[in-house]
Amino acid sequence: MNKLKKIVLIGNPNSGKTSLFNSLTGLNQSVGNYPGVTVDKKSGKFTHVNTSFEVIDLPGLYSIKPKSEDEKVAVQFLQESSAQSDTVLYVVDASNLKRSLLLCTQIMDKKCRVLVGLNMLDVAEDNGIIVDEDKLSEQFGISFVRLNSRASEGIEHLKKQLSQDQKEKEFLGFSNPNYTSSILKRYEKIDSILSASTIKTAKKGTLTKVIDKYAMHPILGYFIFLSILILMFQSIFSWSSYPTEWIETGFGALTHLLSNTLPNHFLTNLLLDGVLAGLAGIVVFVPQIAFLFFFIAILEDSGYMTRVSFILDKLMRQIGLNGRSVIPLMGGIACAIPAIMSARTISNKKERLLTILVTPLMTCSARIPVYILIISIIIPSETIGGVFNLQGLAMTGLYFIGIIVTILASLVFNKFIETDEHSSFIMDMPVYRMPRWKNIGFTILEKVKVFLVDAGKIIVAISIILWGLSSYGPIEKFNELKVRFEQGEIESSQYSSLKLENSYAGMMGKTLEPIIEPLGFNWKMGIALVTSFAAREVFVGTMATIYSVEDEENTTSIREKMMRETNANGEKVYTFAVGFSLLLFYAFAMQCMSTIAVVYRETKSWKWPAIQLVYMTGIAYLFSFIAFQLLR
Amino acid sequence: MNSAALTLDLLQKGTKASLQGFEDEVVEEKMLEMGCLPGSILEVERIAPLGDPIIINVSGSNLALRKDEARHIRITVIH
Repeated sequence: MNKLKKIVLIGNPNSGKTSLFNSLTGLNQSVGNYPGVTVDKKSGKFTHVNTSFEVIDLPGLYSIKPKSEDEKVAVQFLQESSAQSDTVLYVVDASNLKRSLLLCTQIMDKKCRVLVGLNMLDVAEDNGIIVDEDKLSEQFGISFVRLNSRASEGIEHLKKQLSQDQKEKEFLGFSNPNYTSSILKRYEKIDSILSASTIKTAKKGTLTKVIDKYAMHPILGYFIFLSILILMFQSIFSWSSYPTEWIETGFGALTHLLSNTLPNHFLTNLLLDGVLAGLAGIVVFVPQIAFLFFFIAILEDSGYMTRVSFILDKLMRQIGLNGRSVIPLMGGIACAIPAIMSARTISNKKERLLTILVTPLMTCSARIPVYILIISIIIPSETIGGVFNLQGLAMTGLYFIGIIVTILASLVFNKFIETDEHSSFIMDMPVYRMPRWKNIGFTILEKVKVFLVDAGKIIVAISIILWGLSSYGPIEKFNELKVRFEQGEIESSQYSSLKLENSYAGMMGKTLEPIIEPLGFNWKMGIALVTSFAAREVFVGTMATIYSVEDEENTTSIREKMMRETNANGEKVYTFAVGFSLLLFYAFAMQCMSTIAVVYRETKSWKWPAIQLVYMTGIAYLFSFIAFQLLR
Repeated sequence: MNSAALTLDLLQKGTKASLQGFEDEVVEEKMLEMGCLPGSILEVERIAPLGDPIIINVSGSNLALRKDEARHIRITVIH
């Protein structure tokens, strides 16, 4: 019979906790999803000999007294695990032993059963510190294990230790009512233990100082950051074009094959035009998301992201944000949902709220499919100056528009939201390290999985609903059309287009038409606006469904179909003015149900998501209106 | 040996100082948790390009903080 043991993983931020978690659990991990769950709970499983382990990775903490939302979550969880006498695996950054051990002693006094993992011993040795773990174990009365999670060393030994029951040992032994004086007491005791259990040797010069000279240079620093951003987006655009094409071709071939082999039946149509069209619309964006998180994970894992916060803090403060807002805002480039959740690390309520309110204006990856589709229709794929691809430049431009409006919105909200709370920026600057490729791989996998599963579910569901809405309509009208078609009054291609126009979806689009006409949109785009309220990328799937329903042959790509589209006068529908107006609309409108849900959960009020919905859609309407009226 | 009493925000880059105490409870708690205790020797390692925040080096590790926060930290310069 297998035993099940629960392990709670805790430590300071940047102590290598997450890579230890990855080494322990491998691919057996799951993340609590955003909808419904208040705690972002990362857990994983592994087995050693005949014990099964469940590991819970808590957010990083410096002390038992929480200062921000996610620290509150971690402290609460620790309290519970102490009650259930689970093992607490405390990860120590050996290069900063004294500070790392403070929280450890506080947890010991919470009556937790603690096992300490000594991490980053290599950095400690570079700093001239040699640690004697046996002496530490003896002095603290709990086990200390050497590990190096970057190189997966000591993992087997750690697993063996985890199988054994850990001791519960008090550190101070009495509770001091004054928090700060109890911290000083702890440090005093930690210091005396450390002087007996560590040896100081010569310090090696570190690269960090050299890199920081450039990364935080008054001019070069910003130049480097900007260059990294541009390089990132150019690479995402060009690198992902190949796998994207393979996926498109693959789905095209599959649809073609199935439409030739399956019987002509209602279910076949549902499968091909509903499910498969929707699936293709999701999978096609996996390459972009993977590349994006590849870069973001490298920036975070190497320690560079902290420097970005540092050089931008003053600037961010002028618009009411915090240097730490850079991380959610950058994260917003991938997806506003995890980004908004990452704003929990900002302890100041007003700065956090502002960050949450403006983050969805950053160009998230869900906009990429819409942008790519529209840009490829209205902008020629030409290279200017020998280097810059016009389409890539247009894409970069949209990212910058997003950033500018984010700043403006923040400035405005900063004027209206009141606070009397103290804003803090005290934080550790970690040393630079080579990114841990395994961690980056895990991050990419996790994000892609979340996108495929969470967004995917919505997209496929909406694709099916949409297929239904666009294939069916009021019976009398449909019967009348059928009769006219059978009597030879209308041709086959005309028949499918008339069917769509008279379907339920067509009716919805037409109802919207008077409102969106000043923006240059027709009723087909109206349908897409409605469906993509669930998620922006649904726009592309909707277009695919609309056009594949209209055209029985699925061989040509959606882009070509849209480019060929003409209005009653024979003029092209997707002109530059219309395309540009659409791009602006998708840049600003709050077309994402999941974001609204997350903002509600994070702010615990419907007021903020409502304000967000109104202000974002308002900006979108205004910008699209001006752009279309000027350009047409 | 002359030692001048200052607050941390006024400390020049590259000058060593000894931490004397705190004038703000929030800053105190946070700094203590980060391992910055009265008596610690610290040095301004870097000032952000826009003049704020600053990075101080305390016993080998680097800590970023704003001048607003540094204002509440009393130090004496060591010559």
